[in-house]
Amino acid sequence: MSWKDYIKQQMFPLFTCSGCTHGTVTNAFARVADELKLDKNKTVIVCAIGCAGRIPTFLDFPVLRVTHGRALAFATGIKLSRPDVKVIALMGDGDALAIGGNHFIHAARRNIDMTAIVSRNEIYGMTGGQYAPTTPAGARATTAPYGMLEPAFDTCKVAEAAGATYVARSDAYHVQHLQRTLKAALQHKGFAVVEVLTSCPTQFGRRNNLADPAKMLERIKEMTVTKAQAEKMTPEELAGKFVIGEFVNTSRPELTEIYAQAFAGMGV
Amino acid sequence: MGRSFNIEINTKWCKNCGICLAFCPQKVFTWDEKQRIVISYPEKCTGCLLCEYRCPDLAIEVRKVEEESHE
Ligand SMILES: Cc1ncc(C[n+]2csc(CCOP(=O)(O)OP(=O)(O)O)c2C)c(N)n1
Ligand code: SF4
Ligand code: SF4
Ligand code: SF4
Ligand SMILES: [Mg+2]
Repeated sequence: MSWKDYIKQQMFPLFTCSGCTHGTVTNAFARVADELKLDKNKTVIVCAIGCAGRIPTFLDFPVLRVTHGRALAFATGIKLSRPDVKVIALMGDGDALAIGGNHFIHAARRNIDMTAIVSRNEIYGMTGGQYAPTTPAGARATTAPYGMLEPAFDTCKVAEAAGATYVARSDAYHVQHLQRTLKAALQHKGFAVVEVLTSCPTQFGRRNNLADPAKMLERIKEMTVTKAQAEKMTPEELAGKFVIGEFVNTSRPELTEIYAQAFAGMGV
Repeated sequence: MGRSFNIEINTKWCKNCGICLAFCPQKVFTWDEKQRIVISYPEKCTGCLLCEYRCPDLAIEVRKVEEESHE
């Protein structure tokens, strides 16, 4: 087996725009799936709508594609009915944090055993570039023609506050870090969240003088700092930066186990 | 010395985004006159695999030349 056995090669090339780094997440995911030798008969990928929601259909797994924002809701159903199956939700930032924000916080609260990967391209790519809860202040979007006026979500802090037991951030530039992070998250027991900073040269880039895919990735390189670097920086220096690394790695009772215990011996 | 790594770009999958070119530490890639990626200096490749991991279209493969000859 190689990483290529974890993608549907016959479906390639990807549908994505040139330089769309959602594909870099697919790339890293396939390699980590191969490294961990994920069992395709015991793994379900759940994804929804959006470019980040469509791209997982190119992975060679049983893939359940559902309504926008509901990947974690369906994933919860799968996991509760089949706790023996590994469940992985791959989502966009609008998908996971706007329309799906409630599912996100409650999956974290429940600490249900699954991996949630959020591709943060800071925009609604598929629908033409509307702002998302992750669009940085000042950035232009079709629905923010004078620049984004609202502050953006910190996905990792939301996940941590809601109770996720693994929380990390990586990005499409630091690809070895990305692979290590996905690997750790996929091996975690409990609700694991990885936010991956990605780039949308078409809908975000064109409106923000970053249409060149390499420039967009350069921007990610510039705006990321490691935890060690961040510790030495002032709040002013950290403004607009994203810390990459692991923020939470802990354990507490997991939902399907709580259910199994509660109903043990009751014949249900 | 001959080259130690073989770099292959699957042109059916590559979208000529230029990410491999921009970030290759050894400057192995160049553009042709039609803005397509060309592997111009494969002998400089150190096999770091960064281009392979960063390619958003999973279109690059870098392999040690010895591995090839065993096939
Ligand atoms: C219930 C519902 N509401 C709205 C939409 C329209 N819609 C489709 S994709 C999308 C946003 C996608 O953004 P994101 O999740 O960030 O994915 P991206 O395309 O940026 O990867 C929206 C609003 C929909 N398909 N269904
Ligand atoms: S619109 Fe943006 S997110 Fe969608 S495929 Fe194109 S670059 Fe990727
Ligand atoms: S990074 Fe991949 S898709 Fe982009 S130009 Fe290089 S080989 Fe082609
Ligand atoms: S493996 Fe490294 S050195 Fe070789 S072409 Fe790719 S990025 Fe350049
Ligand atoms: Mg998005």
